[in-house]
Amino acid sequence: MPDLLLELFSEEIPARMQAQAAKDLERLVVGALSDRGLLFEGAKAFSGPRRLTLAITGLPARQPDVSEEKKGPRLNAPPKAIEGFLRSAGVTLEQCERRDDGKGEFYVAVIARKGRTTAEVLSEVLPEAFTRLPWPKSMRFPGSAVRWVRPLHGIVCTFDGEIVPFEFACVTSGNTTWGHRFLSHGPLGVRRFEDYEKTLRDAHVILDADERREIILHGATQQAFALGLDPIEDEGLLDEVAGLAEWPVVLIGTIEDRFMDVPAEILQTSMRTHQKYFALRDPGTGRMAARFALVSNMAARDGGREIVAGNERVLRARLSDAKFFWDQDRKRTLESRVEDLKGIVFHAKLGTQYERVERIVALVELLAERLGMDATQAKRAARLCKADLTTGVVGEFPELQGVMGRYYALHDGEDADVADAIRDHYRPVGPGDHVPTADPSVLVAMADKLGQLVGFFAVGEKPSGSGDPFALRRAALGIVRIVLENKLRVGGKDVNDESFVEGVLWRHWDNVIEFYRGTDADLLAAKKVIVEHRAGDRTAAKRAADARAPDTSPAGWENSWNTANDVEAFITERLKVALRERGMRHDAVESVFGLERMNDLVGIVARIEALQNFLKTDEGSNLLAGYKRAANILKAEEKKDKRSVEGRPDPALLHLPEEKSLANALSAAETSIVGDIQAEKFVEAMGVMAKLRAPVDAFFDKVKVNDDDPAIRANRLKLLARLRATLHLVADFSKIEG
Amino acid sequence: MAKARTFQDLILTLQNYWAAQGCLILQPYDVEMGAGTFHPATTLRALGPRPWRAAYVQPSRRPKDGRYGENPNRLQHYYQYQVILKPAPKDVLDLYLGSIRAIGLDPDAHDIRFVEDDWESPTLGAWGLGWEVWCDGMEITQFTYFQQVGGIDCDPVSAEITYGLERLAMYVQNVEFVYDLAFNERFRYGEVFHQSEREFSAFNFERADTDILFQHFKDAEKQCQELVGGDGKLALPAYDQCIKASHCFNLLDARGVISVTERAAYIGRVRALAKACCEAWLETPMGDYTPRFG
Repeated sequence: MPDLLLELFSEEIPARMQAQAAKDLERLVVGALSDRGLLFEGAKAFSGPRRLTLAITGLPARQPDVSEEKKGPRLNAPPKAIEGFLRSAGVTLEQCERRDDGKGEFYVAVIARKGRTTAEVLSEVLPEAFTRLPWPKSMRFPGSAVRWVRPLHGIVCTFDGEIVPFEFACVTSGNTTWGHRFLSHGPLGVRRFEDYEKTLRDAHVILDADERREIILHGATQQAFALGLDPIEDEGLLDEVAGLAEWPVVLIGTIEDRFMDVPAEILQTSMRTHQKYFALRDPGTGRMAARFALVSNMAARDGGREIVAGNERVLRARLSDAKFFWDQDRKRTLESRVEDLKGIVFHAKLGTQYERVERIVALVELLAERLGMDATQAKRAARLCKADLTTGVVGEFPELQGVMGRYYALHDGEDADVADAIRDHYRPVGPGDHVPTADPSVLVAMADKLGQLVGFFAVGEKPSGSGDPFALRRAALGIVRIVLENKLRVGGKDVNDESFVEGVLWRHWDNVIEFYRGTDADLLAAKKVIVEHRAGDRTAAKRAADARAPDTSPAGWENSWNTANDVEAFITERLKVALRERGMRHDAVESVFGLERMNDLVGIVARIEALQNFLKTDEGSNLLAGYKRAANILKAEEKKDKRSVEGRPDPALLHLPEEKSLANALSAAETSIVGDIQAEKFVEAMGVMAKLRAPVDAFFDKVKVNDDDPAIRANRLKLLARLRATLHLVADFSKIEG
Repeated sequence: MAKARTFQDLILTLQNYWAAQGCLILQPYDVEMGAGTFHPATTLRALGPRPWRAAYVQPSRRPKDGRYGENPNRLQHYYQYQVILKPAPKDVLDLYLGSIRAIGLDPDAHDIRFVEDDWESPTLGAWGLGWEVWCDGMEITQFTYFQQVGGIDCDPVSAEITYGLERLAMYVQNVEFVYDLAFNERFRYGEVFHQSEREFSAFNFERADTDILFQHFKDAEKQCQELVGGDGKLALPAYDQCIKASHCFNLLDARGVISVTERAAYIGRVRALAKACCEAWLETPMGDYTPRFG
């Protein structure tokens, strides 16, 4: 079956857009063909600096013929009706069939629609598909009525080797393309994908981005190896440079020694962002080497000597700049830069970076007290943690924030722990990043993230749908990971202790609202009430708010109350997502969250883990079945009686041995479970529950709950209610599926 | 293809090359500006339907880039070579590569690349899509297809080519310190400009009187608004005032007296002026759709 070859040849397409554009092209064309009944064997899209290519194999030569039947009026229908039918169906009376449905004869128009040739369909659907290609940024250009990423110069479109004619963006399709911008001259004729790929290769164009990537990786590794070095892995950079060269040639350049005492992070970032070079490292020492790998798009006559010399010269200028900043920056201490933060706006509604730092310091104190950690170093680190934002290096390379702060802190003679905390307080940056573990780092990292969450929520900048411009999801997840991986007991274990939210979030909420003094009296009044009632319930707080500040607008009050709760819910939501990603059953997660407020994340997770493991055992699944049976009976009977079952079963009314032994088992279990949970022995608590399986099974086997004697029936229902209550000490089993 | 051996050779070569492509060879505009784009031959001529082709050298002032003559490649005053082609010809990249060959950079021996770099001037309300052109890893040209100027769609689309002359010359002459460039066979760049870099850096960062500058900014803004406000608009004189305001802002920025929040507000004020000038320009005969003369 015939194949389709399609190429859109343009001026240089931004590297970051190429891969997605190829995917989109494939999706749109494939979709358009399927919609028109054209199925095929295979499709593959390619992208590169100047072209998007799509090859589709095994397309039929034409669409299948289809015949369509249209039921018409009866033979004896008024002539007008028959005429109308013929007109709408586009047939004559002679072309209609007559059929009988038992109630009389009627006309049927059988319309045979001949499939069109695939070429014809292609010339119609392709231009339409191209206009729908969603470039992240596209442009108008002279002569074209449609937008494209950059001016379009040529379209190859052949089907079964023949040109499929159409026009798009003032370009007429044909069978001509062009090779490498400098290493190939003149147009190239192509017919099918096989000769196309080879023709391009001969014209110094590697069509497939994966192959270009491979050439670069292999070239860099080989040439580095010859020097006893390794390329430092950088997938993102590899993808990018593979999109910048049609004919990648790896060359090695040298970094002058005088730059090698500049921190490696600066060298590497400068080379990467500005020049797109790969840094190399000495595998023996792990240190960065004074060499770099560059990828050119040129097989130069002199073997690339001039190209390397030119690149080295550019790098010298770049690194001179970087070194200049590095030297300048160290002339001032971080401490002296803290004041400068007053001139940098953090967010229009949240003040300057200086004010942000003040809040972080306050939060560090709160957290340290809560976690029983020493706050001295953390407070010092918190004070300095944003000071590197005013340095030249961070101005040039924002991604080095924190990293540079550490260098400057060490240079100033700050404690190593303080310096590390300055660097690590941004962590974890991504899912693969480590979580800080040293106390000062943990404190500053948590404080910074909590500050962000509370601050942005307070001014109404919550993430919505896909929009999360301030990376609040990452901040919340960061908090969750720091707490869990360090096993921090942020909330009190006792129910009467202040929870994490009460003790930290809402007290900090205080700090944030201070901001509004004089600008928003409502919020200020509301804040006071909220802080006083943070452990109380909503209605009581509202009543108090009304009494204290009768002028407070309901909206202002609602707002603050909701915000504090929203932050809690937001962190909880991230925790649930994190747990699901760790493979926890969502129903197990929900069943524990159904009982507990977010007092103590570590305890909650330990409980979920124990529960999930228990549910995997025979005892677990059988006990769950018993629970469900009990719960169902209770539900049905409570509905019938129109009241819930309350009170403990009366031992005197227990007659059968099975109900007696269940009652005894429950008494024993309850005491142990309460004790185990108090002691956070969740696995042991599950073990206690496992022992309930036999008496529960025996009970349902031998005992009829709905006894004729109402007193006995009521007592047995109480027994079941007790079973339910005992299991609910561990988790809300009603939320567990299965 | 002899290399342009001196700085002025480079300029002369580009002048001849683009003259041969049918460009008007214009002269620098006589108001201080941050880039060749501000020249009315680009900003205003990029608007409206009339075809236009021009090339010129534009002295460009970036007060903040002053380094007291000590940095090997940063200057607060430097030269841009600016080409504007309207509408952008289909073979404009080939034309551009021709100019690179003309100055003696052989694309077959070097690594010439077009790397995504979309240009935007918040003060002019202008933006376009294009690339920075790399030669062996160094940016030698900014290439832009104008999409909007003064917030107004460019139709037809122009191509703007901006060469950083010092940088390009340093590459061609194989010089690492800008002041070592041969301006001609006798004089070095430093002999012409080193003292002025030192003095202007001190002016930009230390001595420029900020009260005067704030006043100049206000005056220029007021004059500009008056010229485009009522009847009898004068687009070109108004636009001069807009450029002056922009330069005052750049100086104030270098003096470090404009905070981050104010910064956005000042840029917005200049943009409003630029927009008003561009709109006024479109009402003039040269900017209008129906040519009335010429």
